[in-house]
Amino acid sequence: MKKYIFILTLFFSASSVVKAQETGMAFIKEGSFVPLYGAVSKNPVAVKSFYIDIYPVTNRDFLAFIRKNPLYQKSRIKGIFADKSYLAYWPADFDFGNANPKSPVTNVSWFAAKKYCECEGKRLATMDEWEYVAMADTKKSDARTKKEFNEYILSWYEKSKTYENETGKTFRNYWGVYDMHGLVWEWTSDFNSIFLSGESRKDKSTDKNLFCGSGSVNATDLMDYAAFMRYAFRGSLKAQYSTRNLGFRCASSVKPKSNLN
Amino acid sequence: MKKTILALTLLITLYSCKQSDKKETPPATPKEITDLSVYNLPAKWTNQDGKDIELKSLRGNVLVMVMIYTSCKSACPRLVADMRDIESKLSQNTKQNVKLILVSIDPKTDTPKRLKSFAIENKMNQDPWIFLRSSEENTREFAAVLAVNYKKISPVDFSHSNIISVFNPEGELIFQQEGLGVNNQKTIEAINNEAAKI
Repeated sequence: MKKYIFILTLFFSASSVVKAQETGMAFIKEGSFVPLYGAVSKNPVAVKSFYIDIYPVTNRDFLAFIRKNPLYQKSRIKGIFADKSYLAYWPADFDFGNANPKSPVTNVSWFAAKKYCECEGKRLATMDEWEYVAMADTKKSDARTKKEFNEYILSWYEKSKTYENETGKTFRNYWGVYDMHGLVWEWTSDFNSIFLSGESRKDKSTDKNLFCGSGSVNATDLMDYAAFMRYAFRGSLKAQYSTRNLGFRCASSVKPKSNLN
Repeated sequence: MKKTILALTLLITLYSCKQSDKKETPPATPKEITDLSVYNLPAKWTNQDGKDIELKSLRGNVLVMVMIYTSCKSACPRLVADMRDIESKLSQNTKQNVKLILVSIDPKTDTPKRLKSFAIENKMNQDPWIFLRSSEENTREFAAVLAVNYKKISPVDFSHSNIISVFNPEGELIFQQEGLGVNNQKTIEAINNEAAKI
């Protein structure tokens, strides 16, 4: 019995060490920016200081989560929380098959992503937070007007199967964060706050104000066609959806407890 | 020794996430909650009387739900009117099995008190009407289930999808009416059909 307990203790302390290493988060200093889409006015949006995961959540991370939360196994997850394609590329509940352990986990629903972050004592980033971090290139916190930056993002959209790549292989941005572009799309906590026209739900109360108001295409908008793609993609999502090119990472308003940095 | 076990148990409990296990499902009704049921959501809500409720407590009724905010000047009054119109056309025989629920997307402003005065103003402070609010996070999650999009666009205004959702007694979404002032005949049929089965 004693031995058993000892082993158990070992197991837990070991897993907590692993955990500490994986909670690598970057500090994002507060600021404001004008989102290119999804806003009604051209007024800047304020973003408070927060922390965001340096890398998207990987297959290995997600497997560890599922072991602790059996209700999120692909065979057991409730239909209301995930559609049929949830973890579709995993051959079994505790097996991600040929996928690289260090590749981002995808085919996860918003509910599962949200739960994962909650279990880490974190949360999903808001759309404004995500976009705020994503407008940085290697040198500048806002590189949206840089031609090469936009070209980089758009060229990624044309590449296929980047979700098979390992995390951390794209560029390290101004904040020390990787893979905001070039790997997978990512869930945000308020993905369902998007209003773009042209989607099937024609009944949004201020659709016109939201879209047409900012829909006058000018040079900046064209350059940030990339952002439009992201907003349009989010606008097409439902919380149960899971697709092969959609992953996530977590954020936190407070300093993560076990951060070693 | 006992202490160690206790400490360990504590540790393990800390490790496993809240609400993740089946233990908590109270066996109030013999049948298990189905996969697609909205009653899988653990969120707590508060009604216009300041009373805390779980959605689960509404199990066994047909639910007609809409998301609004009380300070809304444009679409919501029409949505509320749409709800009222649906209510007025329900079959008298089965009406007692139906609850019509207005969920606030602006929990900061829409305190129970505020919901109460809105209910009174609109003569909806009685059965089958229920007004609910919760935390912003729970509200976002609930909207996600209903495929309702909303966004705060100014301190007092939100833009939001105009969707009325119908749930069967097991909490499964069976019908959605989209748009303002649309023909609600199918919605009413769906409600009456479900309510007649109870």
